[in-house]
Amino acid sequence: MDKVYKAGAKVAQFLQFLGNAVTKRIFRLGFAARFFVAIFLQSGTAFRRFNLTSREVYFSGVLSLIIILVSGLFVGMVLGLQGYDTLQRYGSTEALGILVALSLVRELGPVVAALLFASRAGSAITAEIGLMKATEQLSAMEMMAVNPIARVVAPRFWGGVVSMPLLAALFSAMGVLGGYLVGVKLIGVDEGSFWSQMQASVDFQKDILNGVIKSFVFGIIISWVAVFEGYDADPTAEGVSRATTRTVVTSSLAILAADFILTAFMFTGA
Amino acid sequence: MTRTTIDLWVGFFVALGLAALLFLALKVGNLATSGSGETYAIEAKFDNIGGLKVRAPVKSAGVVVGRVSEIRFDPEAYQAVVKMQLDTRYRFPRDTFATINTSGLLGEQYIGFEPGGDTDMLKSGDVVKKTQSAVVLEKLISQFMFSKAAGDGTGSSKE
Repeated sequence: MDKVYKAGAKVAQFLQFLGNAVTKRIFRLGFAARFFVAIFLQSGTAFRRFNLTSREVYFSGVLSLIIILVSGLFVGMVLGLQGYDTLQRYGSTEALGILVALSLVRELGPVVAALLFASRAGSAITAEIGLMKATEQLSAMEMMAVNPIARVVAPRFWGGVVSMPLLAALFSAMGVLGGYLVGVKLIGVDEGSFWSQMQASVDFQKDILNGVIKSFVFGIIISWVAVFEGYDADPTAEGVSRATTRTVVTSSLAILAADFILTAFMFTGA
Repeated sequence: MTRTTIDLWVGFFVALGLAALLFLALKVGNLATSGSGETYAIEAKFDNIGGLKVRAPVKSAGVVVGRVSEIRFDPEAYQAVVKMQLDTRYRFPRDTFATINTSGLLGEQYIGFEPGGDTDMLKSGDVVKKTQSAVVLEKLISQFMFSKAAGDGTGSSKE
C-alpha cells in the first residue's frame, strides 16, 4: 500500500512539473503579446522625440555595419566559388549571377543578416534593459512618472525595426559584389552574361520586395524578443545573463520558423 | 558621443542602406528595364504552350519587344490563350506568325514573332491568327523512336 502511494506521489509530482512548465510558458507568451501591444500604444514618444530612436538606430544599426558588410562579402564570395563549382558540371557558368543574386536576395540576405543582428544587437538590447531593471532604473523612472516602456523600450524596438531591412539590403548588395569579385574577377565568368542573366531573372516585386518584407518582419521579431526578454529578466546578474542567452536562442529559432512560413506564402505557386 | 555625431552616422547609415536597395533594384533586378513605356495588349491561341510562363519575353528577330502578361485556358476551343503586352514602339503586321521557342536546349521558353507582309498592323486587343505550338521534347523523341523502330523492324544492326 505504501509503495503504491509513493508511486502515485511520483506521478503526481511529474505531472505537476509538466503542467508548471507548460503554463509558465503560456503565461509568458500572453505577457509578451500584451507587451507587444503596449509598445505600439506607447510609441508616441519614440516618434515625437525622434533623437531617442535615432540614438538606438546608431547603436543597433550603425555599429552592426562592419559585421554585416564583412559577412555579406564573404557569403557572396563563398556562393561564387561553390556555385561555379556546381554549375560548371552542367556547362552553365553564366547562370552564376542568377544563383548568387537569387539566393542572397530571397533567403540568405534577410536570414543571415537577421541572425547576425539578433546576436549582435538583440543581445545588447536585452542586456541593457535587463541591467536597467536589475539596478532599479526602470522603477526609478516610474517613480518620476516617466513610462519606461515609452522612454526605454519603444525607441529600442523601433530602432531595431528600422535598422534590420537596411542591414539586410546591405548584406545582399555586398554578397552580390562578393560573388561578382570571385566569379568574374577571379574565375573569369563572362561579365556581361553574369549581370544580364541576373537582371533578366531577378524580379523587383517578387524577389527584392519580398526580401525587404521578410527582413522587416525579422526586425520586428528580433526587437520584440530582445526588449521583452530584457524587460522580463530576473533582476539579478544571473537573470540578465540567462535573458541574453534566451534572446539569441528564441529570436534565431523564431526567425527560421518565420522564414519558412513567409517563404511558403511568397514563393510557392505562380 | 554628441547628438550631432549620432545624427551624422545614422544619416550615413540610412543613406547607405537605401543606396544598397537602389543597387539591388537597378543593377541586380530588372526595375530599370521592365514596365518602362506604354504597352498594348494582344492575344494568341496555342494548342500547346509547353513550359511558357507569365513574364516570359516576346521576341522578334531576337529583340525583346514585350512580355507575356497572362496565360489562361479556353474551355471551348481547348486551347491556351496567351495575353501579351507589347511595347507601343513596335508594330507588327496582322499576319504575324507567333511561335513558342526555347532558348538553347534547356533554356527558358519565349514567344517569337515572325512578321508577315500585311499592311494592316495589329491593334490593342487583336488576336494573332497564325501560331505554332511549343515543341515538346518527349514527343519528338518518341516520334523518332517509333519511326526508327518501324523503319528497321527486323532489328538488324544497321547503325
